[in-house]
Amino acid sequence: MGDWMTVTDRGLSSESKTVSQYTSEIKMSPSSLYSQQVLCSSIPLSKNVHSFFSAFCTEDNIEQSISYLDQELTTFGFPSLYEESKGKETKRELNIVAVLNCMNELLVLQRKNLLAQENVETQNLKLGSDMDHLQSCYSKLKEQLETSRREMIGLQERDRQLQCKNRNLHQLLKNEKDEVQKLQNIIASRATQYNHDMKRKEREYNKLKERLHQLVMNKKDKKIAMDILNYVGRADGKRGSWRTGKTEARNEDEMYKILLNDYEYRQKQILMENAELKKVLQQMKKEMISLLSPQKKKPRERVDDSTGTVISDVEEDAGELSRESMWDLSCETVREQLTNSIRKQWRILKSHVEKLDNQVSKVHLEGFNDEDVISRQDHEQETEKLELEIQQCKEMIKTQQQLLQQQLATACDDDTTSLLRDCYLLEEKERLKEEWSLFKEQKKNFERERRSFTEAAIRLGLERKAFEEERASWLKQQFLNMTTFDHQNSENVKLFSAFSGSSDRDNLIVHSRQPQKKPHNVSNGSPVCMSKLTKSLPASPSTSDFCQTRSCVSEHSSINVLNMTPEEIKPNQVGGECTNQKWSVASRPGSQEGCYSGCSLTYTNSHVEKDDLP
Amino acid sequence: MNFSEVFKLSSLLCKFSPDGKYLASCVQYRLVVRDVNTLQILQLYTCLDQIQHIEWSADSLFILCAMYKRGLVQVWSLEQPEWHCKIDEGSAGLVASCWSPDGRHILNTTEFHLRITVWSLCTKSVSYIKYPKACLQGITFTRDGRYMALAERRDCKDYVSIFVCSDWQLLRHFDTDTQDLTGIEWAPNGCVLAVWDSCLEYKILLYSLDGRLLSAYRAYEWSLGIKSVAWSPSSQFLAVGSYDGKVRILNHVTWKMITEFGHPATINNPKIVVYKEAEKSPQLGLGCLSFPPPGAGAGPLPSSESKYEIASVPVSLQTLKPVTDRANPKIGIGMLAFSPDSYFLATRNDNIPNAVWVWDIQKLRLFAVLEQLSPVRTFQWDPQQPRLAICTGGSRLYLWSPAGCMSVQVPGEGDFAVLSLCWHLSGDSMALLSKDHVCLCFLETEASVSTACRQLGGPT
Repeated sequence: MGDWMTVTDRGLSSESKTVSQYTSEIKMSPSSLYSQQVLCSSIPLSKNVHSFFSAFCTEDNIEQSISYLDQELTTFGFPSLYEESKGKETKRELNIVAVLNCMNELLVLQRKNLLAQENVETQNLKLGSDMDHLQSCYSKLKEQLETSRREMIGLQERDRQLQCKNRNLHQLLKNEKDEVQKLQNIIASRATQYNHDMKRKEREYNKLKERLHQLVMNKKDKKIAMDILNYVGRADGKRGSWRTGKTEARNEDEMYKILLNDYEYRQKQILMENAELKKVLQQMKKEMISLLSPQKKKPRERVDDSTGTVISDVEEDAGELSRESMWDLSCETVREQLTNSIRKQWRILKSHVEKLDNQVSKVHLEGFNDEDVISRQDHEQETEKLELEIQQCKEMIKTQQQLLQQQLATACDDDTTSLLRDCYLLEEKERLKEEWSLFKEQKKNFERERRSFTEAAIRLGLERKAFEEERASWLKQQFLNMTTFDHQNSENVKLFSAFSGSSDRDNLIVHSRQPQKKPHNVSNGSPVCMSKLTKSLPASPSTSDFCQTRSCVSEHSSINVLNMTPEEIKPNQVGGECTNQKWSVASRPGSQEGCYSGCSLTYTNSHVEKDDLP
Repeated sequence: MNFSEVFKLSSLLCKFSPDGKYLASCVQYRLVVRDVNTLQILQLYTCLDQIQHIEWSADSLFILCAMYKRGLVQVWSLEQPEWHCKIDEGSAGLVASCWSPDGRHILNTTEFHLRITVWSLCTKSVSYIKYPKACLQGITFTRDGRYMALAERRDCKDYVSIFVCSDWQLLRHFDTDTQDLTGIEWAPNGCVLAVWDSCLEYKILLYSLDGRLLSAYRAYEWSLGIKSVAWSPSSQFLAVGSYDGKVRILNHVTWKMITEFGHPATINNPKIVVYKEAEKSPQLGLGCLSFPPPGAGAGPLPSSESKYEIASVPVSLQTLKPVTDRANPKIGIGMLAFSPDSYFLATRNDNIPNAVWVWDIQKLRLFAVLEQLSPVRTFQWDPQQPRLAICTGGSRLYLWSPAGCMSVQVPGEGDFAVLSLCWHLSGDSMALLSKDHVCLCFLETEASVSTACRQLGGPT
């Protein structure tokens, strides 16, 4: 027992977990073991080795089970589990080594079997899928077969129909042919009938004619007669001759003569034509020879051995022909030679021309390709160059613009800006020029205005002088006579009214402008100036002062006018008042002041001029 | 271009004398002979009845006036106005009368074509030719006036007799292989006689002067055949116009067809110049409103202008749908004429009645097509140069030359409807015939005409 125990221990250690598992199972459910044992013992399946093993052996039947196993194993060809018995009586001992070997072998077998099983299973799967596939294929093919069968039937049907139709058509054709034949027969029969009838009718007609002839002609019709004054001579002047055999013969002769003449004429014509053609032929031949002979050297050197020989033949022929002047011989003798030589030459010429054509086409193609490539390259290069240039130009422009903007930002000085603008684009320059001319014009206007103002100032000075004199006299008078004050006052008022002719109007204009101006600018330069002017006029109108203000204003305006586009200015020159509003809208906010001053100035100008005119 | 004043005329009887000196015209029963240059009346003859046919003798010395109704022929002499000759056919009747080429014999065909009587003006002799065939063109003389060919019908067979005109001796007599011969025509050289069958069969036979059959030509069977035949003046070509709307040109060497000219209703070839007559209402001055002329649909107004426009291809010409169930349907080539130099051929297809086709015979292709506004009545070539005069029954005369074409309004009060025309020998003038008037048209010299044509926009 002790031995056995050790054996089991060993087995456990070698079999490790599986055994322990089974042992635990055994312990867990001892009741079920028996039934299993009975089952398995009766059916020793290799697959259920474990269960068999577990159920098979209990504490009680170790011996039997061992012997059973031994028997089983020996029957399967394993060595016996027992040691070789030394004596029959002695109880056979369990050979542990054999047991272990057997077990190992069994395990190996088991593993192999498992592997085999796996393989078989996978193969089975594979085969199953294959089977499925094949089945689907089969069904598909079956369907196809069905459809094709149906198609075939359809086609057969159609074929049958077509054949039927064809037969019908054939029948129809036959019928038509028959019809045609019938119709033709009818036509022919009709024609014969018609002809027959015609003949019959004609015969009748002829009979009638004959009868009529007899009736009409044989009766001595007195009416049939010619009433003539006198017979005239024949056109040829000859006398008429009797009809005899001789005349008949002569007529025949003449007829043949005419025919002969005609034939002769035609023969002559044909001969002439022939000669002409021969001439052409000869010339052509000569030209051909001359054309081909210079090339003769080259082709010979190159490739054309055959043609070269032919050419020489031809030349010989030509030489012969020209020597013997065979052209004048009748055609039959020369014909063959001539046609042969012409044919040969023609062949040579043809091949030559073809060769040339080929060469030309080749050259043409090559040339074309070359040109094409070059041109394309050129083109690309050119475009690249041009693009580069454009890029450069763009950069330049950009830098220039940047510079300009910088300078504009920094330089607020008028002169510099004008200078800068000078170096602006050409377009700008043009505009500037225009503006400059405009400005000049305006300047002229201003000058005129100034003149008028100076004149007015002079006048004012004079008046002032007179007034001063008057004042002096008045003062004197007042001084002298305090009682005559009233009279002097009224005179003074009169003077003012005479003055205010221009100033009033100016004020009026200023007022009329006021509603437009108010929202933008109230502290306008020019009205102030003007008001100053008007105010100062009666007070102390020193011309120098006036001029100063004018120049100041003109300076202002000149700058601001420059800012304006010619479109904005032009209408103003024509009719300032109506475009005034437009100005106010169009002008930049920065230059508003100047702008207004400018326009106001023009207003004043115009009005002043008006004043001056009368 | 100048026009003479109009003279009275009846039955379109007006003819230039063969020498080109005189112009004979008939007014009822009067025959008027005028000088061509001065147009003054030289002679005035009075016949016994209304004249139905006149013909100048070849030497321009005599004129015969036939009065078919009375069976009478009267002959007048230009040299001796008092000379007279009257031929009475009596109860036999008269259907045709013509001069023999010598100008001393008159051939009268009696009614029912019983016989042809040959009356001589030189002798008392009278000859009879029996069995002449009643057909369109049964008598033909050679150009030189030596021979006469006559179609005959005996025992339901066609025969051709060739007579020597000088003594009316029968030279040849042969039967022709025709069903029902309709026409015979000598070639201008007088050596070949063309004989063609009735329209029921396309058949043309060519006989030599000595009666040998040179050739026979059939283009097709079972359909209507030949409608018109014309020899080229050079005797080199024979143009045969047929009911299928084609002209076939036969050559004089092999007597086979060289080419055939179809007359389709649409012209697609851009090389062909198509002149289309276009009517233009007279140009109105500024401020004038264009009212629709009263009775605009009645026909070409005398006030309206017409000119040729070069139509751009493809051009479709106006066609007439022929009535096929009637005899003599209006289809096929009804008119054919070679220009005097044989370079051009003018044709008219009867179911395209407004168009005249001009073919280039040198290149054997169509050269130009003229489409008129109304059906073409007649056309005739200038005897001296390739210039074609056309009339359409309207008041205009149309001229075509390779340089271009133009239309000329015939001046005068009312409408001068040109029904027929004939050229003077010189090609400098032509007589335009209307229903009861005749008017002479004098053409300018060649140079001025060509410049005029160029101004009209014709291709040079």
